[in-house]
Amino acid sequence: MSQTGQHWETIIGLETHVQLRTKSKMFCGCSTAFGAPPNTQVCPVCLGLPGALPAANGAAIGLAVRGALAFGCTVHPRSIFARKNYFYPDLPKGYQISQFDQPLATQGTLSFVSPERGAVTATIVRLHLEEDAGKSIHDRFPKATAVDLNRSGVPLIEIVSGPDLRSPAEARAYLQTLKQLLEYIGISDCDMEKGSLRVDANVSVRRVGETVLNTRTEVKNINAFSFVEKALTVERDRQIALVESGGSVTQQTMLYDSKENTVRPQRSKEESHDYRYFPEPDLPPLILTPEFVAEQQSELPELPGQKRERFMAQYALSREHATVLTASRAVADYFENVVRAPAEPQAAANWVMTEALADAKDHQEQLRVAPGALAQIIALVKGGTLSNQAAKRVFGEVAAKGGDPRTVAESLGLVQVADTNVLSGWVTDVLGAHPTEVARYKNGEVKLMPFFLGQVMRASKGKADPKLAQRVLEEKLSA
Amino acid sequence: MSDAKAVADRLVKAKRLNALLTPPKDLRKSLLAQAAAARPTGVLYGMPIAVKDNICTLEFTTSCGSRILEGYQSPFEATAISKLKAAGALIAGKTNCDEFAMGSSTEHSAYGRVVHPLDKSRVPGGSSGGSAALVAAGAVPAALGSDTGGSVRQPASFCGVVGIKPTYGRVSRYGLVAFGSSLDQIGVFGRSVHDAARVLSVISGRDSRDSTCEDRDPLRLPTVPESLQGFVIGLPREYFPPELDPAVRRACDRAIRMMKELGAAVREVSLPHTAYAVPTYYVIAPAEASSNLARYDGVRYGPRFDGSADIRALYRATRGQGFGAEVRRRILIGTYVLSAGYYDAYYRKAQQMRALIAQDFRNAFDRGVDLLFTPTVPSPAFKAGEKLNDPISMYMSDIFTVTANLAGLPAISLPIGRVKGLPIGGQLIGQAFLEDEMIEAAYALERVVPATDEA
Repeated sequence: MSQTGQHWETIIGLETHVQLRTKSKMFCGCSTAFGAPPNTQVCPVCLGLPGALPAANGAAIGLAVRGALAFGCTVHPRSIFARKNYFYPDLPKGYQISQFDQPLATQGTLSFVSPERGAVTATIVRLHLEEDAGKSIHDRFPKATAVDLNRSGVPLIEIVSGPDLRSPAEARAYLQTLKQLLEYIGISDCDMEKGSLRVDANVSVRRVGETVLNTRTEVKNINAFSFVEKALTVERDRQIALVESGGSVTQQTMLYDSKENTVRPQRSKEESHDYRYFPEPDLPPLILTPEFVAEQQSELPELPGQKRERFMAQYALSREHATVLTASRAVADYFENVVRAPAEPQAAANWVMTEALADAKDHQEQLRVAPGALAQIIALVKGGTLSNQAAKRVFGEVAAKGGDPRTVAESLGLVQVADTNVLSGWVTDVLGAHPTEVARYKNGEVKLMPFFLGQVMRASKGKADPKLAQRVLEEKLSA
Repeated sequence: MSDAKAVADRLVKAKRLNALLTPPKDLRKSLLAQAAAARPTGVLYGMPIAVKDNICTLEFTTSCGSRILEGYQSPFEATAISKLKAAGALIAGKTNCDEFAMGSSTEHSAYGRVVHPLDKSRVPGGSSGGSAALVAAGAVPAALGSDTGGSVRQPASFCGVVGIKPTYGRVSRYGLVAFGSSLDQIGVFGRSVHDAARVLSVISGRDSRDSTCEDRDPLRLPTVPESLQGFVIGLPREYFPPELDPAVRRACDRAIRMMKELGAAVREVSLPHTAYAVPTYYVIAPAEASSNLARYDGVRYGPRFDGSADIRALYRATRGQGFGAEVRRRILIGTYVLSAGYYDAYYRKAQQMRALIAQDFRNAFDRGVDLLFTPTVPSPAFKAGEKLNDPISMYMSDIFTVTANLAGLPAISLPIGRVKGLPIGGQLIGQAFLEDEMIEAAYALERVVPATDEA
């Protein structure tokens, strides 16, 4: 919706670059470890020295194939490396080895939950292998650019979606799901802050009901997850405003500025108009045997979608709960370990989704309470030893300091009192202290029961077993 | 270590040829050190081998005959060099060449032209002219060159020595500074077929650093045959056009007669796409070169020709002044043929033609021909300056050699006679990875042909 009240539709396609989790680079043996001093993880190959030649890293190819299989892509038995030629100081050879008209894989899908449209299946047009460039550092030295080539030659896959996303929020959901999937199968750490996941977006707008694809722009420099939606919103709004004021969108690259939350066109100087792709003569065609592909398939774990369906069937969980629990492999595994400990699945699900995830959020995503301990806490609640309230305190204590839940509960004095004699004492005291309320209750105001119960809990400092206490109260009040 | 000294003396004595780029002092010092360290058990123990300046060495700088790599010291050496050293050979300095191996006369070097050893007014051929000239002058028994379109065989023919270009993938290209990656092979010059062949056998074989190098054992040397009984030699009619230099034709006819006398069956064949080979080559090689030479930007190594802070200005100045005219011409051609809108018309078309040219050879071999015999170059060595301003005429001197590169086949040039004192080479083109057969035939021919007689 815009100022003039016309309805607009946004068309977004994402190109996602993901660093593969390999020990060594795509075409040489240099380390890919993040954070080393500049230009220390380099050799003649990734420096592009005269006479050096690339040799493809089999581990990277395996991970890329796994990625392609996870999207259900067609993995091509023969693909071709190609040179993408352009000049830039952080591109040592003057070309990037990539894949062009014969990529590793094509025709996959990614299903995700759109905040607006519910379940959406986006197409994955292609997935190909390439090497990363180095890093230009513009803010280290005054009036000079520094180049760090540690990243030069690091293996990447580029995953190109179709123009299937319809809003900035949807693009974010797509990316979230993509990240989750890649983390799941363990081929990348997908850390946007370390640059191991980068995304460029193609954006265009059209009036609702139109079916043509209008001129698009490419939004670059979206360097954190939280900027995806913002950057795309800014660009969408810019295009709508432009068209509504009688202008038209020109095909260009827009750079996102996260500080200003604006986009600006890339200077034409920075743009490469013609990459002069041609087949890389230093590398033979990449031939993948059916055996190799099958081996990669067997290395794939259960995918998030499959796991969600299984959780729903096996543990009788709702789709919503199953979705939350399968959002990351760590959480899913944790949940299943609690259940195996054993614990009743729905109770385990409730505990994991609330207390465990909340605690993890505050503690660097660490699930601090061991699955066995959580199962014990759940058992203590079920057996009436701990109230829900008390159990949460025990959980917090075990998370912070460790220890056996029952011992912790006892040492905190949280074990519920289920001794009728003791409970009777507290009940007698409470009823004695509130004669007016007793009279009203006896006159039919049964809604006062929670009041009495609260008073008993208070008198017992929370230790009274609430169910038993209520029974004793009912007995005494009807006497 | 008088041997090493004698080697150095011989090389320094050939100074007038301008064939060696290594300063005499550096050469002497290194040769002494190398001789002291050389493995006495190696099959090439003590053999001095000069190396074209586009092959990376630790002992000497690697400038590729270019200003843009002046003084460049490679931190690693080519696989071929490591293999030579492991066999006990001495790396006897770096030889002058056309800049980045682009040329057919060794006049396109930033370090001056190389002089033909027999006639100082003439060129030694190129681009590996320095290596050819040093072997011809007797300064070294063998030398390494590189052959992208004939850059070993053509100067071997001009200088009257043996030159072998192996099958593409026979010798590792790791450490050979790339010109046309799908065509480049390190090749060998020798005083004799045997000298060249034994050096080739040492540098051949698998190398995990070069993905285009075949996973094969090193070449095994054949023995010198008694005859050519059983060999079928094909004569491609397109290589003997009516306008061929009569002296070259006479020398070839004599060699053919001698092969027949040795028992070979000789048969005319046709390679119908030959006429398209030079144009095809001059699309593919520059296309690859335009990309291969992009790394020389003045950012990481080599001289910078401008202090300007603007990166584009730095590129322009460094590449504009660092590269010579011929290299710039080929970068422009290569960039053009790969450009959007021209790719299909030029690069793709050239690749299709390349496949047809390779198919021509397969057809000939499938019909029972073992080897092809052709002149190496249409004429003997030309005068310095004669073709410098006529690139097309210069390019045409590769007309009989580029086909083996386009088809990836092994080929050898050996001296088969002279015209007015200038050597003429004959070429044998073999089947892929059958260098042994090719060398066997070359041994036989070499033994009978009067290589230094007028044809």
